[in-house]
Amino acid sequence: MPIDLEIVSPERLLLSRPVDLVVIPASEGDIGVLPQHGPMIVTLRGGTIRVYDGRTVTDELFVAGGFAEITPERCTVLANEVVPLAEVSRTEAERRLAAAEAAFAAADKADLPAQEAALEAQQSARAMQQAAGAA
Amino acid sequence: MPNLKDLRGRITSVKSTQKITSAMKMVAASKLRRAQTAAEAARPYAERMECMLRALAASVRNSPTAPPMLIGTGRDQTHLLIAVTADRGLAGAFNASIGRATRNLARRLESEGKTVKLMTVGRKGRDYLRREMASRIVGEVSYAGRKSIAFADADDIGRQVAEMLTRGEVDVVTIVYNRFQSVISQVVTEQQLIPLPLPANENEEPSAGPRALYEFEPDEETILARLLPQNLSVQIYRALLESAAGEHGARMTAMDNATRNAGDMIKRLTLNYNRARQANITKELIEIISGAEAV
Repeated sequence: MPIDLEIVSPERLLLSRPVDLVVIPASEGDIGVLPQHGPMIVTLRGGTIRVYDGRTVTDELFVAGGFAEITPERCTVLANEVVPLAEVSRTEAERRLAAAEAAFAAADKADLPAQEAALEAQQSARAMQQAAGAA
Repeated sequence: MPNLKDLRGRITSVKSTQKITSAMKMVAASKLRRAQTAAEAARPYAERMECMLRALAASVRNSPTAPPMLIGTGRDQTHLLIAVTADRGLAGAFNASIGRATRNLARRLESEGKTVKLMTVGRKGRDYLRREMASRIVGEVSYAGRKSIAFADADDIGRQVAEMLTRGEVDVVTIVYNRFQSVISQVVTEQQLIPLPLPANENEEPSAGPRALYEFEPDEETILARLLPQNLSVQIYRALLESAAGEHGARMTAMDNATRNAGDMIKRLTLNYNRARQANITKELIEIISGAEAV
């Protein structure tokens, strides 16, 4: 029995179909979602979503961050930005990484949320770089 | 009676105006289609996000540490109004009605002793509000010359608003925009963004809702702290898209009317022209005949 996967970005619905397994990059570690998964709401870190039909990977998508809602029947990914792995741009990743590093350096050391945000952006940019390398 | 040459000149000028308005109508129609598709494509995200927020909000609502974006700052003193208009005119009452609604709202709040700050999106709204409320404008955005609105644009506005909120500069945020109802009707809508208005059904069913089943990773408050700014941007994005679709709809209707009016005018002018021409011929004939009789 498959699980309904939906990947939406603010601009459009990117993918909506039943799949056998999807691996999403949650902020505290990857989560493999099979049908009948317990209901969860998680935040995502920058990373790759892998969609499986049977044992083969059918889609690989890079997400820059976002949220996911998992119920036994469906998995909804609200992503800030989704790009097929093959189209991830290395130069864009490097530009973002540099910007994120600059933001971290500029962030007030007492301002924890700002620092965390900058670190998160850095992580997302690194994941993007990696994704570009893998493609 | 105007002479023939003047009439001919006016007919030509109205004809070329008609050509322009009918071309603008066509352009607006095709842009409208694109804008509508964009608005529809953005809908699923907003819907899913609302579901998630509903699941989360109920559990955090009553705790004293609930984020101000959800429950407000606890005060009701400074209001921020975001007025969304188009960058271009010739769209009937589209821009003016937003300007008027914003101004009335601002007046009403001020008569209640509140402080009003304004933020304008689109050039027309800025021009309108600058005339009498320039001192209250704290920010302005314009997408003149852009083909489409990206989520990043809305995100920028959302971030600015969030910053103002954390600095304690605003307490209540409302967005005023034209909601696209149909091609001929756009509804001026005032939507409160902060504090987040609750869907009514939520208050009635306390902890027994489906949210109790969810597991959160990381905890509810961390997710909420990230979800709320995102939701703010999504709401703004939705308003921008609705407004863009409404703009093209309004322009299409306005230009359709203008084309029709030009057609009527051409008909009237042509009638006058022919009458004048005929009168001239008759007059000349009379002159010739009476001249011949006199001989």
